[in-house]
Amino acid sequence: MATDPVNPQTDAARRTTGKVRPHQTQNEGLVFEKSSPGKRGYKLPELDVPPVNVDELLGAAARKEKAQLPELSEIEIVRHFTRLSTWNYAIDLGMYPLGSCTMKYNPRVNEWVARIEGLAEAHPYRPDHLAQGQLQVIDLLQRCLIEITGMDAITLQPAAGAHGEFTGILLVRAWHESQGNARMKILIPDSAHGTNPATAAICGYEVENLKSNAEGGIDLEALERQVDGETAALMLTNPSTIGVFESQIHKIADILHAKGALLYMDGANMNALVGKTRPGDFGVDVMHLNLHKTFSTPHGGGGPGSGPVACKAFLEPFLPIPVLVKNEDGGMHWHYDRPQSVGRVRAFYGNTGMFIRALAYILANGPDGLRQTTEDAVLNANYIRKKLEDVYELPYKTPSMHEVVFSDKRQAAKGVKTGDIAKRLIDYGFHPYTVSFPMIVHGALMIEPTESESLEELDLFIEAMRAIAREVEETPELVKSAPHSTRVSRLDEVQAARKPVLRWRG
Amino acid sequence: MRYLPKSPAEREQMLAEIGARSIDDLFAVIPAEYRLTRDLDVPRQHAESEIIDYFRAAGARYTHKHTSFLGAGAYRHYRPILIDAMAQRGEFLTSYTPYQAEITQGTLQAIFEFQTMISELTGMDVANASMYDGSTGAAEAVLMAMRITGRHRAVVANTVHPEYREVLHTYLRYREMPTKLVACDPETGRVDLRALEAAVTEETAAVLIQSPNFFGMIEDIPVIADIAHKKGALLIVSIAEAVSLGVVRPPVEADIVSLEAQAFGVPLCYGGPYCGVIATKEQYLRQIPGRLVGQTVDRDGYRGFVLTLSTREQHIRREKATSNICTNQALVALMATIFLTIYGKEGMRELAEQNLAKAHYAAQALSAQPGAKLRFTGAPWFNEFVLYTEEDPAAWSQRLRSDRIVGGLDLHRWYPEMSNCTLWCATEIMPRERMDKTASLMAARPVEA
Repeated sequence: MATDPVNPQTDAARRTTGKVRPHQTQNEGLVFEKSSPGKRGYKLPELDVPPVNVDELLGAAARKEKAQLPELSEIEIVRHFTRLSTWNYAIDLGMYPLGSCTMKYNPRVNEWVARIEGLAEAHPYRPDHLAQGQLQVIDLLQRCLIEITGMDAITLQPAAGAHGEFTGILLVRAWHESQGNARMKILIPDSAHGTNPATAAICGYEVENLKSNAEGGIDLEALERQVDGETAALMLTNPSTIGVFESQIHKIADILHAKGALLYMDGANMNALVGKTRPGDFGVDVMHLNLHKTFSTPHGGGGPGSGPVACKAFLEPFLPIPVLVKNEDGGMHWHYDRPQSVGRVRAFYGNTGMFIRALAYILANGPDGLRQTTEDAVLNANYIRKKLEDVYELPYKTPSMHEVVFSDKRQAAKGVKTGDIAKRLIDYGFHPYTVSFPMIVHGALMIEPTESESLEELDLFIEAMRAIAREVEETPELVKSAPHSTRVSRLDEVQAARKPVLRWRG
Repeated sequence: MRYLPKSPAEREQMLAEIGARSIDDLFAVIPAEYRLTRDLDVPRQHAESEIIDYFRAAGARYTHKHTSFLGAGAYRHYRPILIDAMAQRGEFLTSYTPYQAEITQGTLQAIFEFQTMISELTGMDVANASMYDGSTGAAEAVLMAMRITGRHRAVVANTVHPEYREVLHTYLRYREMPTKLVACDPETGRVDLRALEAAVTEETAAVLIQSPNFFGMIEDIPVIADIAHKKGALLIVSIAEAVSLGVVRPPVEADIVSLEAQAFGVPLCYGGPYCGVIATKEQYLRQIPGRLVGQTVDRDGYRGFVLTLSTREQHIRREKATSNICTNQALVALMATIFLTIYGKEGMRELAEQNLAKAHYAAQALSAQPGAKLRFTGAPWFNEFVLYTEEDPAAWSQRLRSDRIVGGLDLHRWYPEMSNCTLWCATEIMPRERMDKTASLMAARPVEA
């Protein structure tokens, strides 16, 4: 059958030959490849002081050759980064159900207020009396997060979740040391995020694996057996990475506390609990939060994050320096003289710009909005579960909270893996779910819709997942070779790792 | 709640389809005694306009009317409009770590460009996708040197940013890795080379210095590298003022460079988010912490980019990973990439020259006042300098404040032996008039009774 060359729906029309791709935005080179000498994207103001001679002032320390940075005009720079941006999927475009990552709406007002001049241009060493506005924001956020978690004290210094884990386990270690024995090991369930064992290791602890029970939760008998006088803490994600609340949480805490061990909670899934229950009330001693998950600060393609650590009163003396203290006159200042502190985990006070955004989110929600947000997140996950459990295998039947984890067991029988289904989902206009995690589920599909999805968007997603399940039965090759609609097809990761090319060379 | 896209009827419909009588059914798994049955005690729901009012008020105490000579690891440079115009595009802002390469090529290519630019500027072979900031980057660089050399001691110059050193201390606390602090030459403010030579031994994994150092002085990298390398130790150079690389020779003799890229168009924002990055020689690539983006091809042979060498990382290696870092500072790295693209090859030089000119003018104007002098001499420096004043800094600070000027930072807090010494920074945005005004206020010392 002859194809119509002007019909844009045909393959022939979609393909082009030579260097030019179907649309210019699909054809953007590296910024260095667009450079030519003499083009300018800047103009410096006129110098109002005498010019200096670099070689005279710096001597041997002067730079001889300029760095090979690109030379482009302003319009080219706008087009370059705009075109690159169009190659990204984003929450602003559609549903991004990456389990554990909590890809919820990032309100625009957050970005706006973080750029208010007096906040954005505040130098960190500005004297405290000139920084009362900043300190007021930090103080209110601290009080809100303490209330939300039910803990007694907090530090906002850690720069991301994993950095918060590091800080939290340092607190654990410092407290044990103050009791006379740092202890040797940290217990970590096999369902945990990879950051947990990596954190325990950098804090000088041995990692002991705790096997999950048949429901994917903590096996109380195993826990009882494994906790001993050398156990410093259990690092527990609650709800767990399969989206299940540890209903025996109080017993878990009791077992640990009876042996002098502490309960650390990875707060990655705190968005399932806000306004409904508080870790501080169910026995957690120390935990971190991810402001870029639960509190809507943008992920930005991989950061910046912010990982505040909240703890019970007995751990408060060990918090990183400085801590915020109220003056008698109602003002605030940073306090540094804290002999039991674990020290500093980051320069200055943390990712302050993220504090502003997180507080803006809390203010926009209020207590009722925060609770409704949690309820909607859980409602959405359960709706997806209900609508997909007949076509995808549900390895754990325990009730889901904010995310649902299926396995590819049925599809794998046709040779189609979770990674293939994920890639096919791209063709349907969705970002894939989290693939192959948690590791306790073979071939996991970890789906977290968040509260930000409308019923209409959820139904489209469900329809897409059901359509893919049908394709697996009828045309598995179509799924295995996906995606078919993207600017690039599946990329050769083996070559990337075998012969690493990590920079452009002209 | 305006962020939630569901009507009450839709919620009811969904509950019915799930087979739940009420939303409480979905939370029944939480033991009753731990369920929160009251409202959280947080501020009530605010309108967007009220949120803006709240933060405007918080930011109002200190505005553009102030002039600040503060630097010390956080630098105010002009931020071209394009930085936010581009970085605020939702496709960059609301995307995740680029695990699904086919639909995150924008972020991946931008990181690849960032890695290239940082390598070019620092004179290293490769750079990673970013670290949290300069302080944690320096600490991770020391841990990296420990893995490479198999040695367990570090030698650190006391002219490395004091807060960076504090972070390093925290990171090394449980690594059984003692650090030895080397003082600076009291004349030049640079690391005391003889003391350094004496401190470095066959057990030293790394020598950590900063250049320009905390006092603004540029260290003699080739000589320091020789001292480190003679004993088989690695040299780590920490750079806090990245704009210096426009005119200062890159530390090519270093083995690892830990850069704080905040100076590349990232707002001060009271200390963060900033953008650390680690650059190194090719042969140390597999010990680098954090994410790396590599070039490859797709099935049709088109160029594309992916996260690579992830077997170093926590999600694969768990407790054996090179670091526990996961989320980094991608969006801030994008801001730096845009900044470097705007200024480019010529602009970075010109910008750095303006910094040099302004700071040297400020130093001259201030040190010419009675009782004031530059604390360190005899070595090159970039846009920061230490001023000694006979008068107590607390006294002249008061006078400057009356004219909305924040003067240099008192170093006494970290260097008790340095009385009446303050650290000043002047970048390209510092008007001459403000520098002259500051100098005249400094001179206007009341006559002692």
